[in-house]
Amino acid sequence: MGPGLSAQTIWRWTAIVLVHLAVVLIWYLAVKVGKVPKFVLASPGDTVLSLFDTYPWFHNTMVTTAEIFGGYFLAVVVGVGLALLFSWFRTVDALLMPLVVSLNMIPKVALGPLIIVWFDYGIQTNIIIAFSISFLPILITTARGLREVEPDLIDLVRTLRATRRQIFVKIQLPGSLPYIFSGMKVAVVLAVAGAVVGEIIASDSGLAYLIGQVQVTLDTAAMMMAVLLITLVGVALYLIVLGLERLVVVRDARVETV
Amino acid sequence: MTAQPASGGEPFIRLDGVKKVFRTRKQEFLAVSDATFDVNEGELVSIVGPSGCGKTTLLKIVAGLFPHDGGTLEIGGAGSDFDPARDVGMVFQQPLLLKWRRVLENVLLPAEILGLPMGEARDRARGLIDMVGLAGHEQKYPYELSGGMQQRAAIARSLVHDPRLILMDEPFGALDALTRERMNLELLRIWERSHKTILFVTHGIAEAVFLGTRVVVLTAGPARMADRIDIDLPRPRTLDMKTHEQFGSYARRIYHLLGVE
Repeated sequence: MGPGLSAQTIWRWTAIVLVHLAVVLIWYLAVKVGKVPKFVLASPGDTVLSLFDTYPWFHNTMVTTAEIFGGYFLAVVVGVGLALLFSWFRTVDALLMPLVVSLNMIPKVALGPLIIVWFDYGIQTNIIIAFSISFLPILITTARGLREVEPDLIDLVRTLRATRRQIFVKIQLPGSLPYIFSGMKVAVVLAVAGAVVGEIIASDSGLAYLIGQVQVTLDTAAMMMAVLLITLVGVALYLIVLGLERLVVVRDARVETV
Repeated sequence: MTAQPASGGEPFIRLDGVKKVFRTRKQEFLAVSDATFDVNEGELVSIVGPSGCGKTTLLKIVAGLFPHDGGTLEIGGAGSDFDPARDVGMVFQQPLLLKWRRVLENVLLPAEILGLPMGEARDRARGLIDMVGLAGHEQKYPYELSGGMQQRAAIARSLVHDPRLILMDEPFGALDALTRERMNLELLRIWERSHKTILFVTHGIAEAVFLGTRVVVLTAGPARMADRIDIDLPRPRTLDMKTHEQFGSYARRIYHLLGVE
């Protein structure tokens, strides 16, 4: 904690960078030593150089980023919002929570083609797909966090005649924050998958759309670059969420996930 | 030393035949039957009994968390200004500190809920943190404190709104034996300095005798009062009193009442 960088933090970040560099090195050696044909596995260098090809990298990256961030933002707002509603109104919770559990079982990827039939293809449709895949885990973990309050703690504030609003603002909501972030972290991966699924099924732009385009010409380097860029967008979103969590949630209360 | 008499001669808390029945759809469960005892203002009364004897239920009835089904319960004496919201402080077996609040903010929680003037409450909280031996730890988070220190913070929190009655439900039950001994001494010191009335629930017989001006013994099943024993040991109490013959005879009497021979 605190603003200064501790030796432990520096060591951790060094390790993170080193492990990633090691993967790039192994990749490089595999291509060089293994003499893998270019169209099967492009070298790291060729992959990066594909950025200078004439493909509209910037435009497609922006489209995919907009889809992931847009769908994800919607998922957080709707997921947390519905969870709050469930915790405020017991009947809503009793009626809808079982439904949410069933909905969660649907392989959302399979809904992609249907959603495209309903909304036509395009950025807004891919936002909807990314949203529909990623909002349920946020809803479920947030609802659980809001429910998880020590009964003795409720007794303690009840002796003080705390109002429902006080219990919510001072105990329930801050207590559920670690759960909200736990759900949000899981949802990042899903939002990325959702945007990609939408682009692959039907679209006219985006990095996954680009992958489909260059696959025809067997430009493996460009395909790998596109995958890399999608990953980077996901990692950027994940880091933003981690940073927010650090700001808002006290260390001990954080729920550890990946 | 015997218990100090209450100001008006009337007891601070009076229980007479208090009874509590829990009903589920299928069955009734008698949790407390015929609890009868008095507590004078400024007393520290231990309530001892085996697990499941209903002592926690009894404490929650006194706290006003649920109503009783029979008998009378009077707190504060006739015509007093006892305010059940402001005049009760509680300490549980778990510290129940809010993980996301620092010690000082945790101690202030009751003052916030009651809407007390925060400037004053803050000064008071600092003084209490001092008194429970946590000076210098005001800005720490609960996870940075040991179990004993967390429980000290919980005790400070129970005192911050200056209640007249403190209810403690096995507050040191989760601590290791040594820390527990130390906290017993601390509690006596805090009690003597704060002049509060304390109801202390425990299943530790030695702890009950060591702390109490009086011990109320409850037997298993529905809390049946077995006896009330005035503990006539000198104050301030010291740990070596536990080896005194008189201490032993109190403890033996309670063991006997509880059927442990």
